[in-house]
This record gives sequence, C-alpha cells and structure tokens, in this order.
Amino acid sequence: MSHPEQRQFPHRHILGIEPMSAEDIVQILDLAESMVEINQRPIKKVPTLRGRTVINLFLEASTRTRTSFEIAAKRMSADAVNISGSSSSTVKGETLLDTARNLQAMAPDVVVLRHEASGGAALIAKHIDAAVINAGDGTHEHPSQALLDAATIRKHKKNIAGLEIAIVGDIDHSRVARSNLYALTRLGARIRLCAPRTMMPVGIERMLTDHADRVRLCYSLAEAIEGADVVMMLRIQKERLGKVGLFPNTREYSRYFGLSPRNIGLAKPDAIVMHPGPINRGVELDPELADDPKRSVILDQVTYGVAVRMALLYLTGAAHGAAESS
Amino acid sequence: MVPPKSPREQNLIERRELLDEAGIQRALRRIAHEIAERQHGLKEVAIVGIRTGGLYLGARLQKMLAEIEPGTDVPLGAVDIPLYRDDVFVGLPRPEVGTTQLPFALEQRTIVLVDDVLYTGRTVRAALDALMDHGRPKAVQLAVLIDRGLRELPIQADYVGLKVATNRNESVKVMLRESDPADRVVLREKAA
Repeated sequence: MSHPEQRQFPHRHILGIEPMSAEDIVQILDLAESMVEINQRPIKKVPTLRGRTVINLFLEASTRTRTSFEIAAKRMSADAVNISGSSSSTVKGETLLDTARNLQAMAPDVVVLRHEASGGAALIAKHIDAAVINAGDGTHEHPSQALLDAATIRKHKKNIAGLEIAIVGDIDHSRVARSNLYALTRLGARIRLCAPRTMMPVGIERMLTDHADRVRLCYSLAEAIEGADVVMMLRIQKERLGKVGLFPNTREYSRYFGLSPRNIGLAKPDAIVMHPGPINRGVELDPELADDPKRSVILDQVTYGVAVRMALLYLTGAAHGAAESS
Repeated sequence: MVPPKSPREQNLIERRELLDEAGIQRALRRIAHEIAERQHGLKEVAIVGIRTGGLYLGARLQKMLAEIEPGTDVPLGAVDIPLYRDDVFVGLPRPEVGTTQLPFALEQRTIVLVDDVLYTGRTVRAALDALMDHGRPKAVQLAVLIDRGLRELPIQADYVGLKVATNRNESVKVMLRESDPADRVVLREKAA
C-alpha cells in the first residue's frame, strides 16, 4: 500500500540512447540493479513476462549480445525465439521490411534487432506493433551496451558525474562509442575520444549538441588515458584492415593505441579497464591487463548485460499489453 | 522528499482514523506475543516483510520478539513482489521494482510473512511465489496490521492487528514513521 509507484517510462521502443534523458537512463540502471539480485538466486527466474514472445532477430553476427538477450528474456519468463541471418549485404531495406511484415504476422511482443544498416531498428519499429529494441544498427547505436557499461561504471565508481572516461579505438565505426557518448555525457562524465586520425569522424563532438563541452578529442593514447578514471577500449575490427587503409597493420596499431600494463599507469591508480568484447588480445588490449582482476571489469560488463536487458524487456514488454482483467 | 501523488491518490478523502501511534504499537506487540507463543522459543522462525510497508513492520516485530524472548535472534528478510504481480499487463500504476533479500536459508524454517494491509490477497499470493523461488520453507504464516476483507483469493492471515469491514470505494492507508511523518492508519473514501 505504501509501496512507491514506478515512474512511467516514456519510451515505447529502445532505438538508441539519443532520445533518452538522464532520468530515463537512471531509471533503467536502477531497475537493472534489482535484476542483478534475481541473477544470483538459485532459481534465476521471475514470472513477469509469462506468455509474452520476444523475437531476437540477429541479421548480423553476434554471440554475446544474442545470448545475453535470450537469457534475459528467459529469466523474465518470456518465450524467446532466435532468428539468425548470415551477415550479408543483400539484407537491404526492402528485405528488412519484408522481414518486419513476416514478424508482424507472428505477433511478437518485443523484437530485438541487430542489423548492419544504421536505422534498421527504427525502420521496423514503424512497421510492426511490437516494441523494438535496437541491439546494434550499423554504425549508429548500441543502446543496451552503453547501458550495461554505465551500470558497470556506476557499480565501481558509485557516481558517474565528474568521471574522466577515455574511449579508445575505431570511433568512426563504433556504435558502442556513440551510444556511450550520449549516455555518459548525459550522466555528467567527461569523455576523451581517442583514435588514429583515420578513425575519428570529423565533427563527432558536434553530434552531441547538448554536451559538446564534455567531449575532448585525442590523437595520442597517452593524452587520453592520463588521469582517467575509466578506460574503455573498443575492438579493432581486423576485417576492416587493408580494405580501406585505416591503419597499416595490427602491430603498428597495437604499438600506438594498444593498452598495456605499462601505459595504464598514466591513468588514476584505481582506474578500471573496460571492453565490449570480443577482445583482440594483444591488439587493442594486452592479455595480462585484460585478466588483471584489479583493473579489468570486462566480466562485470557481461553480468550487467543480462540485468540491463531484463530491465529493458520489462519496461518495453510489460508496458503495453492487451488489457486483461485482473 | 515527498513523491508526487498519483492520480489514484488524489480523489481520496479521509473518513476516519483506524489506528493511532499507540494503537499500532499495541497491535504489533500483541502479534509479537502471539508469534512467540505459537513458535516455542522462536527457534527456526524468520520474519519476511513485503516491501515496503511490510518490511518496516517486520523490522519492528523483530525488535519486539528480541525483547519478549531475550537471547533469541529472529532473522529478517524482505521480498519484493512487483515482478510477481498478476496485473503487470493490466495497466498502470505499477510499483517500483526493488530487491528481494533473504539472508538465510528457508529450509527448515517457519516464515512469518508480514504486510501492512491484507485486501484482495493478490500481493500475498505474489509474495508466496517469490518466497518459493528461494527455497522450501517448513511453513509460512501471515501477519498483517490491517485485514480489510474483500478477498479475491483463498488467503487468510494467522496474526491480525485490526480487522475492519470496508467496501471497494474505500482505501486503507498505513503511514509509518519510517516513510511518513507519523504512525497512523486511516480509512479513506473516493470523493463522490
């Protein structure tokens, strides 16, 4: 009776962090903390989304994110169906629309979409009744990753406001970097973006019109990590190597932009190291550092991934159902 | 910080006071004595409060039990039920999700589940489900400060502070010092 009521979550779909306010983000992070407890029980399941159908449509390769969404759906008692398509350039707008229509015919409640085209999730959200969660669309956004990163940082640093956070890697192609930029600046952190000039999109700080003053571009790793509280390394996509000539070879990249037990010394003594996975050991991240329990929080990120996705499924999957009488 | 009133709360006017601070204290003390009497020595008893009102009351009962039976240590846990409700899809408002904390094994224990108001029985049903997900208690008993009748499920309380007949247009509001200015229970009614 005196139980406080939940704030009404204002978004029907989770297409990106861009449309979310700091309050929305904090609501998701708080809810995720409650989900963490469920994941530590002997019976890791609550009946909340019983009878709801979640379709995980992964049209681009992904194991971690898909598994994480699948586990999250199952722990909320939803029926999870996985559809994987090979990552193929033939999956274009038209085909995606066809896919959306087919999904619509199966009447799911939530569709989780990973797609190689930026805007893929927004496109199908227009054409189906289900809530859509973007699990990564091209080089646009990967909201659940940014939220799990924020949850992990909050756990280790208590407060995100005022932190100095370095994000290092192929910023140009990274949806993780974009979603994190929105999320972390809105929560009050200062961001140093670090990449070789070939991988730094011109004007990215202007993309964040609301908090451009909290973003600094760095072209040297030392500058980015000096005094940082958090160092987030992005995966170098080896498949890009040689195609467009972004960097000569992985050895050179590693020498200039790889994080190692030596150069992490420039960061704060209690700085944490993050990576969205999968890690290219020895390229962007030294294996010894990746396994250092005092620094690396990479496995915490994976743990929070399930909790954050449970929270997202709860907020989208339970929000608008056909009304049943109690 | 006072949370904004929900639309549900706005049209309610106070009809009468059911319990004041001393009344709540007396009711709880009697419940504590009844628990102690029925559970000889209070061994293998644990209190589990339903968040949030039931948890506040559970903590008070725990303290009283320690005074009644010195030397015993009855553990206190909390269950959070929003994720177990049967009205998740029915509509708003939904309660805020908190955490369940049961820092003891349920096996071999008699659990005294505590809530502030017993009404339809749906909250207790949800709390029982939540409890069973954590183990198999030897027995579960129910203690409530107010039983206002109008059950929709076959659930009854073992320990009742005050039984009061109400109708569906009325609302029983339990205010506790832990979250409100003072201890008070009032009966309210929808404005015509």
